[in-house]
Amino acid sequence: MKTLAKLTWIEVKLFAREPIAVVFAFAFPLVVLLVLAGVFGEPEADLGGFTGIDYYVPSYLAVVIASIGLIGLPVHLASLRERGVLRRLRASSVAVTSVFGAQMAVNVAMAALGGAVLLVAASLVYDVHAPSSMAGVALGFGVGSLSFVALGFLLGTLAPTARAAQAIGLVLFFPMWLLSGAGPPRAVMTETMRQLSDVLPLTRVVSAIQEPWLGTGSNASEVVLLSALFAAAVALSAWKNSEHAAGLAMLPRRPA
Amino acid sequence: MGSVIEVNNLRKRYGSHVAVEDVSFQVRQGEVFGLLGRNGAGKTTTVECLQGLRRADGGRVRVLGLDPQRQTQQLRRRIGCQLQEAALPDRLKVWEALDLFASLASGGTDWRVLMDQWGLAGKRNASFSGLSGGQRQRLFVALALVNDPEVVFLDELTQGLDPAARRVAWGLIRAIRERGATVVLVTHYMDEAEQLCDRIAVVDGGRVVATDTPQGLISRFGGPIKITFTPDGHDVRFLKDVSHVQAVRRRGDRIEAEGTGPVLALVAAELVARGLVPSDLRVEQPTLEDVFLRLTDDQAPHREEAR
Repeated sequence: MKTLAKLTWIEVKLFAREPIAVVFAFAFPLVVLLVLAGVFGEPEADLGGFTGIDYYVPSYLAVVIASIGLIGLPVHLASLRERGVLRRLRASSVAVTSVFGAQMAVNVAMAALGGAVLLVAASLVYDVHAPSSMAGVALGFGVGSLSFVALGFLLGTLAPTARAAQAIGLVLFFPMWLLSGAGPPRAVMTETMRQLSDVLPLTRVVSAIQEPWLGTGSNASEVVLLSALFAAAVALSAWKNSEHAAGLAMLPRRPA
Repeated sequence: MGSVIEVNNLRKRYGSHVAVEDVSFQVRQGEVFGLLGRNGAGKTTTVECLQGLRRADGGRVRVLGLDPQRQTQQLRRRIGCQLQEAALPDRLKVWEALDLFASLASGGTDWRVLMDQWGLAGKRNASFSGLSGGQRQRLFVALALVNDPEVVFLDELTQGLDPAARRVAWGLIRAIRERGATVVLVTHYMDEAEQLCDRIAVVDGGRVVATDTPQGLISRFGGPIKITFTPDGHDVRFLKDVSHVQAVRRRGDRIEAEGTGPVLALVAAELVARGLVPSDLRVEQPTLEDVFLRLTDDQAPHREEAR
């Protein structure tokens, strides 16, 4: 527990010293949100008093989560491993679970911070309506963050190098962003796109935040699905790290 | 003195690549034990198995009587590791690194004392990326000592250091030993092994090809001592009959006598007795490098690189 607290605190300090590392996760969703809301910001009848910005803000909260989980964390973890930082920690008995815990804590906090920055910036430029259900939005955002950060830890564990982690992350991130409803609305998608959209986990995060925000329905099914994703990612990480007693996440890959 | 490390028939492979074929050695309490070999000989994999960082595929390993695979946590409390190609996050400060690893060690020495001892006090607030190679190595050694270990593993401690920094590092290794710890030193530098190690295991192609003191290795595998001088017209055929002389030959205007053991004193005494006092008498002692080249595989891929 002491180790976990210490590692978490160090990660926080490292982040504070080099905030540029997460500029993509913070700036990309914000810039795209402001542009889209500028173009499609007109009030729409079927949104029940909400405007285009109210539709996009929850979606881009999900995009913040996705960029941290799919790109930020996997690259960070793979680079710590590649450089031998995790190997050094392991030699002093730091368990994979402590590294996992510290990364979960810091990255979920970072997602919350990124979400807050997005909300404040969007509110300064546009008239954003308050969510219908604050608790529902918080639940959706929380479960979405946990599941994507756990997924990010798994990707960082599996990616052989930091460069590979970045490539894998981008390949996953862009289709998810475009097809999850954060890009073109699902209403204008072709049938194939919509089917693809349905199986992408980011689509669930978008609805988990959007439904309670706009008051269009419950996010219960999304919360269940995302919890399952969280459990699966944690279980797979645990399995991958126990398969090799030394811990796959912690040791640099040895070239044959 | 008892053995603190016992390795019997250690074996480890990565996929189809066999990194360690068959390694056995014992390390005695309080000595500096060297693992000497080319890059890729299996040295690092061997110590990683001893540290419990990698799971061996076969063989029996005991460090301080513990099995590194099953009693990993108990073992790690009692050993210190400086790893090859380890790093810390760029923005981590020196004091934070020491503080973190001290808290992991629970007990052990005060990291502030170590920071002073290893000349890092002036760099207390410097971040890892701002340290020179020598300073980083000092920090890693300090981190390895923070739990007051009984056995310290040093893997290529001096790699990438300039000659002056290497000498400083050698002093550090002697200092660790004076603390009473047993040291396992992994290196591919001959001079380092010869200067620092009480005993050396020469590793090649995943096997230990010889284990002995540096002097023992040299006298067993180093080849003959060569004595040369200019005879200035004297007849030197008598040299062949001097005890321990194995061969005498002429090289240009110089004579070269080869032999073993006390051959230098015997030849010199005989020369003086016969009225020969050459002012250019030279002796070439075999070095650990000769031993190494003789013992390790010349057919390895690096030969192609040289071509």
